[in-house]
Amino acid sequence: MINKVVANADAAIKDIKDGDTIMLGGFGLCGIPENCITAIVKKGTKNLTCISNNAGVDDFGIGLMLKSRQVKKMISSYVGENAEFERQLLSGELDVELIPQGTLATRCMAAGYGMPAIFTPAGVGTEVAEGKETRNFNGKDFLLEMAFDADFAIVKAWKGDTMGNLVFKATARNFNPVMAMAGKITIAEVEHLVEPGELNPDEIHTAGIYVHRIFEGKDYEKRIEQLTVQSVKI
Amino acid sequence: MLDKNGIAKRIAKEVKDGMYVNLGIGIPTLVANYIPEGINVVLQSENGLLGMGPFPFDGEEDADLINAGKQTITTLPGSAFFDSAMSFGMIRAGKVDLTILGAMEVSQNGDIANWKIPGKMVKGMGGAMDLVAAAKNIIVAMQQVNKAGESKLLANCSLPLTGVNCVKKIVTELGVYEVKDGAFHLIELAPGVTIEDIKAATEGELVIAV
Repeated sequence: MINKVVANADAAIKDIKDGDTIMLGGFGLCGIPENCITAIVKKGTKNLTCISNNAGVDDFGIGLMLKSRQVKKMISSYVGENAEFERQLLSGELDVELIPQGTLATRCMAAGYGMPAIFTPAGVGTEVAEGKETRNFNGKDFLLEMAFDADFAIVKAWKGDTMGNLVFKATARNFNPVMAMAGKITIAEVEHLVEPGELNPDEIHTAGIYVHRIFEGKDYEKRIEQLTVQSVKI
Repeated sequence: MLDKNGIAKRIAKEVKDGMYVNLGIGIPTLVANYIPEGINVVLQSENGLLGMGPFPFDGEEDADLINAGKQTITTLPGSAFFDSAMSFGMIRAGKVDLTILGAMEVSQNGDIANWKIPGKMVKGMGGAMDLVAAAKNIIVAMQQVNKAGESKLLANCSLPLTGVNCVKKIVTELGVYEVKDGAFHLIELAPGVTIEDIKAATEGELVIAV
């Protein structure tokens, strides 16, 4: 039986090298590959291009990689809530490409579906359209956007089996399934690693064919960015 | 004149039974509090949820369950989760009936600017460009004048655009406007507001239709 299990995050990311392009799943701090980020910081890989919806916060998530100056370029849709990011951007140390969130997701999807490009209406008539091919379909303009080409995709799932099948939880799913499909090499860290047969085939979100390495992560902090609660239970 | 909650309450009247609605951050989020009894809508959060419920009770929050503003939330009976590509797929395909969002500027032909101020730290457009490019019906919730007292209803937007020719309706502290035929059509005045107040706070082409 195919077995994609590696020992830990260090083993999973061992061949990521300086200058690589990596995708990181997550929305804000929700569903981010915490263990792999820690391992990349430890390894000290430099000049990375990171494709991720957000850039973490100062002391968590991708913010940790920014702090250790490992990121050359961020491709994101929204990068607020990060003072170190802002500092590096203003000082010119960091290159940033901001793209619409749906374009980001769909450029991942295209890569995973084996399509070179997509057409989207997002950004038509704005500075996002500058230098891009525009085509009119049925009276409406669309921008040509290219599929991403990433060396590695690093995703976080709730459960996974040793063959690489993945199940995500709630809104921690977000970009993880489409990035899992898009990487030349896809690394999945999961909260619960199980044996083949333990996951219901009908309920698998990402088929193992897309996943090259999998391991059970540890010590998940799962930090909450905006804790909002009601104080009284009626 | 309406306060933030007043604007939200007025916009809630635009929400019809059976709609799928995406609410932006800020005033639009407040609209959920004023949806009338008997009107059933499904709130879409673009990070991958249909059927967004209220904030959780203290101690019941789940770090894996947030909205697009990164706030902890809950699900409702009938909720569904999906990935980000499908989320924007349903937005692009026109399945979301109504999008309510904030703006820095709107022009008289329905262009909207709400993501970037040159010279200031740019945080990004998030999902706003996808939403405004595809939603069937876009309502803007905004203050009509900026902190310097200048109108935000303009002939042409001065800030970098988020989308073109897309805003259908605007609700401000002063009134309600339909955006059509290259003008802001005033269709409602907020309590205590005069036509003179409206004229003073509207730079673009104005049609009084109250």
